[in-house]
Amino acid sequence: MRQLGRYLTFFLAGCLGCFASVTPQTLQRGEEVQTSDNEVGHYGGTLVVGQRSEPKTLNPVVAADGPSREVIGRMMADLIHINRASQQTEPALAKSWTMSKDGRTFMVKLRHGLRFSDGQPFSADDVVFSFQVYLDEKVHSPQRDLLIVGGKPIEVQKVDQYTVRFTLAQPYAAAERIFDSLAIMPRHLLEQPYKDEKFAQSWTLTTLPAQIAGMGPFRLKEYVAGQKLVLERNPYYWKVDSGKNRLPYLDEMAFLFTGNEDAQVIRFQAGDTDIISRVGAENYTLLSKDSTHGIEMFDLGPSLEYNFLVFNLNDLKGKNLDKIAAKQAWFSDLKFRQAVSLAIDRQSIIKLVYSGRGAALWGNVSPSNKLWVDQTLPHPARSVDQAHALLQSAGFSWRSDGQLVDRQGQAVEFSIIASSSNAQRSKMATLIQDDLSKLGMNVHVVPLEFKAVLDRVFQTYDYEASIMALGGGDADPNPEMNVWLSSGGTHLWHLSEAKPTTEWEAQIDQLMQKQMVELKYKDRKRLYDQVQEIIAANDPFIFLATPDILVGAKKNLANFKPAILDPNTLWNVEQLYFSPGSGGASGGRP
Amino acid sequence: MRKARKVIFAMVLLAFLHLAIFFAGFVAPYDPASQNRDFPFAPPSRIHFVGARGHLHLRPFVYAWVAVPDGINQYAESREREYPVRFLVTGSRYLIAGFIPCRTHLLGTDEPTQMFIAGTDGYGRDQFSRILYGGQISVAAGLLATAISLALGLVVGCISGFYGKWIDASAMRFAELFLVLPWLYVLLAVRSFLPLHISPTQAFFLLVAVIGTIGWARPARLIRGVVLSARDRRYVIASRGFGASNFYLLRTHILPHTYEILLTQAALLVPQYVIAEVTLSFFGVGLSEPVPSWGNLLANLQQYSVLVSYWWMFAPAVALVLISLGYLTVANAIHESLQSGSI
Repeated sequence: MRQLGRYLTFFLAGCLGCFASVTPQTLQRGEEVQTSDNEVGHYGGTLVVGQRSEPKTLNPVVAADGPSREVIGRMMADLIHINRASQQTEPALAKSWTMSKDGRTFMVKLRHGLRFSDGQPFSADDVVFSFQVYLDEKVHSPQRDLLIVGGKPIEVQKVDQYTVRFTLAQPYAAAERIFDSLAIMPRHLLEQPYKDEKFAQSWTLTTLPAQIAGMGPFRLKEYVAGQKLVLERNPYYWKVDSGKNRLPYLDEMAFLFTGNEDAQVIRFQAGDTDIISRVGAENYTLLSKDSTHGIEMFDLGPSLEYNFLVFNLNDLKGKNLDKIAAKQAWFSDLKFRQAVSLAIDRQSIIKLVYSGRGAALWGNVSPSNKLWVDQTLPHPARSVDQAHALLQSAGFSWRSDGQLVDRQGQAVEFSIIASSSNAQRSKMATLIQDDLSKLGMNVHVVPLEFKAVLDRVFQTYDYEASIMALGGGDADPNPEMNVWLSSGGTHLWHLSEAKPTTEWEAQIDQLMQKQMVELKYKDRKRLYDQVQEIIAANDPFIFLATPDILVGAKKNLANFKPAILDPNTLWNVEQLYFSPGSGGASGGRP
Repeated sequence: MRKARKVIFAMVLLAFLHLAIFFAGFVAPYDPASQNRDFPFAPPSRIHFVGARGHLHLRPFVYAWVAVPDGINQYAESREREYPVRFLVTGSRYLIAGFIPCRTHLLGTDEPTQMFIAGTDGYGRDQFSRILYGGQISVAAGLLATAISLALGLVVGCISGFYGKWIDASAMRFAELFLVLPWLYVLLAVRSFLPLHISPTQAFFLLVAVIGTIGWARPARLIRGVVLSARDRRYVIASRGFGASNFYLLRTHILPHTYEILLTQAALLVPQYVIAEVTLSFFGVGLSEPVPSWGNLLANLQQYSVLVSYWWMFAPAVALVLISLGYLTVANAIHESLQSGSI
């Protein structure tokens, strides 16, 4: 009988333990918290978010895919953070920093008295350890490239318990921005696996929650393969609101693996999820018309990404792609590319592909990037007649049936490949096919699996033209270096260039290198404007359009401030709370 | 008698649909590839008989669609002007049977308005025209693939059944392999080996060839069964005794037994192969833009917003159902009539 009583007690306690949420720790003396200036909220509730595919890992150094980074970003914190709303840097784990006059040395002062999500103290040792791992070539972190300035990796030195010195090989304008999203990891948990060379296998999805700790607003609670991943409040999180209440307000956060965009829309409409991020325009219209489910949709204006048509200008010697090499005679002619650009109906792309929710592009900088866009760039209106004239002056002519032929009498015919899983880019290809038929060009649209497109564009060069998208990461020009430097990994129209093959590419190389070390914004802007003008004059990409950022959330979710920069909806997750009395939280649905 | 009426109705419907599809250029009011970028996802034009002032018109008419300001893909009828539905209008150029140029269309209305009998798709292309032209591809694919399958099945079945022994054993094992193959995945794999761009004609014939060659196994087995039983009939043995060659026996005595199978299989396979083509195009393995086929017309419904908001995009499915029902009714009728005739 007593045995039974004991079992019952344990059972009940266990049940209660499952339902009890983690309470935030009271503020300690000497703990240097950051005060967040948001509207003060209420504790409680579970935020449910859908993901289009499952995360692959919880290891911040190894993660390369979007869903993994979305989860890890809620569990980790960085030294200096880019505020997604203002797009400016702000202190995070670093409470202050100073840069030396020559722009090469950073002294970073860390906050005192902070603890990881498992209660262990945070100090400069963790920072030095984290950077050691990021910079280690054997670990192959994707972030390692970001930490190479002037050809040499950054040097990290511990000065004292709460001060770290970073030394760069040359001055770097946006040095502060490098630190954004570089997660600071716990030395007490990961140093041993790192020394044992098992770092890449640490922090997988099946790792026990007790073995994972971070400085972010949430910590891992449970992972159910194929269904969901649940995070719970980090009781030691170092941010408080103006009423000295420790953030986050939410008890838990659940990521549901919902599948593709259409499936996400259905679940959001049904009320299963509280936030939906980056929907397509048609689904946005569908959701906006829905007034019965207590949801609200937001159109944040044009995103920072740019969609473009690129012609294959790679060096094809020795690659057995003679047909494509022959067509490069057309593609490499600037007048040909300009004619194509003039004939494309960008307004129809905005109307038919983005349902009007987008902006036409003639350059790589989106109009919403107010700090860096060159306002003086020309936006030539669509003109099929001008395109005709250009082609004629380039030596092309038309047969009696309207087919365009080149000087040798060859019919101008080529194919555009696009990712079949991206309905919008396939649609753009079809519209362009129709536009170019007015010039007499015979264009084929070939939808291929995304991996097949990447393979052809980056590896085999077995394609003629492709519609792709780049950008969107940050407003600052530096992440674009990879695209515009001749040696860059995403210099798509002509990859693997040992040296720049054209005068203008060499000019862009020089200008981009210069703006990287220039410290004043005005000078950088002047240089980057010149880069944009050279790009516009030479059309290596034919820029098409950028979609608006379209997100939605339940009406009772307060402090929801979606931003153009990724992660659009979750960047301020510690400030989100459910307003009571308006239907309540969707809690109870982990 | 009721059954006969049903069958006659089915045959008339089939004939009518096939004629409409064959003369798609004439029946369709517009070119299937011409985009009207101002009217994406416009609903079907409503046919009116009663005018604005309440009087009855003998000739039906339509109103022009006008986009609702600040609406996405929303339209209202503009009562400004009535556009009468005209017959035998001059329109865009097309080719009858692929080589006779013509410009007359069955239906149409006055410029600049267009009459969208089945609405438009995301590029503003007239769905009714696209369904007719798409039918040419889908039904032709079905018919040709059926012909290939039955030809292959007949040859293999006859040889297998007639000669027997090891020829029969190996042929039937081979047939079983084809029956077991997951044909959808095979076709998807085939697509990835194809060169970067093949013309729509090449894609069409490739599709037909693949569908036809995969499906010969079932007819082959059925024909083999019939040939086996016919081979041992008394009059065949007697004929052989009189010195008839194998070829004569096959042609004169055995082949007639296969006609029933061939006819019923034909009537059953055509809708199956039409659906096979539709399935492949639905998955993106068929013809590329802008050539329509029922499969890639229905593929638009893969998007949730289209599925829920634009009901007229289901129209190709109606055509598919009608054709399938027609053929299946005819197949049933053939089967029953020949069944009652034989032993």
